[in-house]
Amino acid sequence: MSTANANHAQHSEDVRQPQLAHHFDTLEQQYSSAKLGMWAFLATEILMFGGLFCAYAVYRGTHPEVFLYAHHFLNTFWGAFNTVVLLASSLTMAWGVRAAQLGNKPLLVLMLLLTLVGGCSFMVVKYIEYSDKWEHVSHHGSGSFSLFAGSRNAFYTEEGEFTDPTAVGQAVRYGESKQHHDEHAIAHTNQAGDLHDAPAKTLEHQSKHATEQGHQIVDATAAKTLDFKSVQTRPMPTDRSDIRRPAPAPQGLSEAFEHIGGIPAPYETLADAGTGHSVVTWEDLDDRQQGLVSQFFQIYFMMTGLHGLHVLIGMGLITWIMIRALRGAFGPSYYTPVDLVGLYWHLVDLIWIFLFPLLYLIH
Amino acid sequence: MSATPQSIPTDIFGKPVNPQKGDSYLTHDRGILSWLLTLDHKRIGLMYMVVILASFLLGGIFAIVLRTMLAMPGANQANHASYTDEQLAQISVNNDFYNQAFTLHGAVMVFMFIIPAIPAILGNFVLPMMLGAKDVAFPKLNLLSYYCWVGGGLFFVWVLGKGILNTIFPGMVEFWGSGGLDTGWTFYTPYSTSTGTAATAAVAGVFILGFSSILTGVNFIATIHTLRPKDMGWFQMPLFVWGLYATAIMQVLATPVLAITLMLLLAERMLGIGIFDPALGGDPVLFQHFFWFYSHPAVYIMIVPAMGIISEIMSVFSRKRIFGYAFIACSSVCIAIIAFIVWGHHMFTSGQSDLLNAIFSFLTMSVAIPSAIKIFNWLATMYKGAIVLETPMLYAMGFIWLFTIGGLTGVYLAALSIDMHVHDTYFIVAHFHYVMVGSMMFGLLAGMSYWWPKMFGKMYHEGWSKVAAILIFAGFNLTFFIQFIAGSLGMPRRYATYPPEFAIYHHISTLGSYILATGLFIVLGVWIHSLVRGRPAPANPWGANSLEWHTKSPPLHANFEKTPLATDPYDFDDWRWDENVGGYVMNENTHHEEKTAQTK
Repeated sequence: MSTANANHAQHSEDVRQPQLAHHFDTLEQQYSSAKLGMWAFLATEILMFGGLFCAYAVYRGTHPEVFLYAHHFLNTFWGAFNTVVLLASSLTMAWGVRAAQLGNKPLLVLMLLLTLVGGCSFMVVKYIEYSDKWEHVSHHGSGSFSLFAGSRNAFYTEEGEFTDPTAVGQAVRYGESKQHHDEHAIAHTNQAGDLHDAPAKTLEHQSKHATEQGHQIVDATAAKTLDFKSVQTRPMPTDRSDIRRPAPAPQGLSEAFEHIGGIPAPYETLADAGTGHSVVTWEDLDDRQQGLVSQFFQIYFMMTGLHGLHVLIGMGLITWIMIRALRGAFGPSYYTPVDLVGLYWHLVDLIWIFLFPLLYLIH
Repeated sequence: MSATPQSIPTDIFGKPVNPQKGDSYLTHDRGILSWLLTLDHKRIGLMYMVVILASFLLGGIFAIVLRTMLAMPGANQANHASYTDEQLAQISVNNDFYNQAFTLHGAVMVFMFIIPAIPAILGNFVLPMMLGAKDVAFPKLNLLSYYCWVGGGLFFVWVLGKGILNTIFPGMVEFWGSGGLDTGWTFYTPYSTSTGTAATAAVAGVFILGFSSILTGVNFIATIHTLRPKDMGWFQMPLFVWGLYATAIMQVLATPVLAITLMLLLAERMLGIGIFDPALGGDPVLFQHFFWFYSHPAVYIMIVPAMGIISEIMSVFSRKRIFGYAFIACSSVCIAIIAFIVWGHHMFTSGQSDLLNAIFSFLTMSVAIPSAIKIFNWLATMYKGAIVLETPMLYAMGFIWLFTIGGLTGVYLAALSIDMHVHDTYFIVAHFHYVMVGSMMFGLLAGMSYWWPKMFGKMYHEGWSKVAAILIFAGFNLTFFIQFIAGSLGMPRRYATYPPEFAIYHHISTLGSYILATGLFIVLGVWIHSLVRGRPAPANPWGANSLEWHTKSPPLHANFEKTPLATDPYDFDDWRWDENVGGYVMNENTHHEEKTAQTK
């Protein structure tokens, strides 16, 4: 096997290690090669997600109000929880790599197991979030978000009128359990200052109601006649005439470039003076923007779905190296797979670090 | 050179080697599985050669079909008042067929031939040997990359081919379902999201092909970084390695952007996500930005490895050290970098702002600088060299001719006012055929005829292969030069028919394409003849000095008997012509290893 000539003989071991592939001279060479390859692969991953982030940026740049409105339906608590979970799992992963370098097999297995648990809890939370979104995205019939319709009439009722999904839930509750709702709303209003995720919670609550009542089809006219103040858990400016409406969204990149410096800042004008938090309500969106709200969720599903796929792949890889670790495959002289899977896991973590604020924390 | 028939393989010193020990990578293992599951970079290179040349044949057949249809525009013209309904229906079928045929031609040629050909065939075969290594860094990944190509490619061809077959045999739709693609190879939205042809499946096929490209790129980067001999620095590498390195960087950085673009396109078709759909608040020009962010570097993925091959051949066949080594090496990397910042010149007429147009115009013109550095260095290499007009050199000189025309018209097109005028005309068609097809195909043919003796251990018929090279050169120029004229007169691209005043240009172009095809079939014949009847090749038929010529032809399974030391790839002094061997042998009194050690 060993065909290295005299000059190279000093570098290669007398007995080749079983892990050393035939075309490498030394384990160090093999390790640096594998690591470089992994970094190159991670570069491709970053560029792939980079394209997705770019698409997000363009869409958000052309429809800022839509994103501002729609992101309230995402649950910041679960998003933050998942961020913490992934960061912690990155720590245990790095710890595991160190354990492999030190040849501490029990610690390595423990750390890999903890990382795996982190990945699992991330996916479980993602499942909870997805099914919640799915529920009120697809279970409100034709009068609500329609995930797969992807069409202009996603928000049209059968009568051809726009409805507000928030208001639809409200209509259900208005007739059936007004008292319950009032308590609920009061509970929210009492939360000290931070009402950021209130619409999402309200909606969760409403969707529960809708489900209880067998997906009752709600009359759109009824929804429209409702008093929005009972839904808003924060005061809205009473005089709407002084709110500067956002300029029509630029329709293309080229226009966007021409508008640099000229785009009015819709966030500031719509910001609530009291808290500095911005609230865009359904009413603030014009007809066209209302039709685009479902697009936010599709982008959300696309970005987090692709990321979730990477988490699943990472979990598979961690399981694989955990089995190998249990068999004692790794030690101070050979821990390349642990290191590479670790790099991959950190990348998955890193992408989430960008996804979380971009999707959940829009201001 | 006179061909001295001899049947005993020799080592690089011209000494016969024992036939019993004449084990080569071709005979090392036997059986179909030893090929299909091989991890040997040389065998993977040959397997790539078979499938990539097959797709070249397929794309070529459809090129001839297109040219033939364009020679008879009456069959596609619907403006004749006297036509009956049946005739009009037939014309409509013809036009649909034409749209699918040019899409198949373009897409198969770009994604399955031009982009992978040189890295996958010649890169795989030669790169590790040029570095004195036993294999690429990740042999299993290399095989995976091959099967990504085969899987994606077969799927892609099947989807596109179904559309063609359904047009010819309308009854078969019930049997295998509809298919086809009529978007052109660029998949521009919104047409690609609304067309009734099988854009979804076709895009999935290209997506898988992209993985093949990425994996090859990752593999080559790691190989070049870590598997060089210990005494070979970056600026002692052969220039083909530099070309492959620049290509690999582009493959790794650009292809994932295509992947996500195609994924968003799929999402738009299947799920109704509206990133590119203006009706859903998206931006169709964003698709063009994404697409060309990949596809413009892809143009350089095609050409830069071909430039590497030309650098090798220019030096070897001028019997003279390459002129301006460092400039050629750095210009490859320079092209790779500039490749990423010029994509906007594909969208001069897509509503881009004037400022962006001007910036992209300027950046595009700057590509001419590294390209011209290469051209002038090659010419300076030939100057006062002892030029040997073997087949590889003929192709290499053809390359310079074609690339100069293609490159200069590129500068011409980068000028905004001219681009507005000739946008989407045959001028563009002619320009990118000169650069992508002409130059890349000549680079590939030059490389194939240069390394053919090493790959198969057989020489080919010099006379016929020179005839083929001249026919291909003449046919190519006849086909495409005339299109510059037709285009500047206003002949739009992608149309199945044209007004009668353009007929003469199309007839000449079609005639040229037949000559081109004849030349290519002669090449195929020469190669097959070589495999069957060719005389055994010497270890070094051309007197080159890069490391792949320091082993037998065909090489051993492990490439070298012992790990070689780095040589100066452009120092030919140690090799002398040996009539008995029919090739170059190394002077026995030269112990190049010691010599190399002394110069350190």
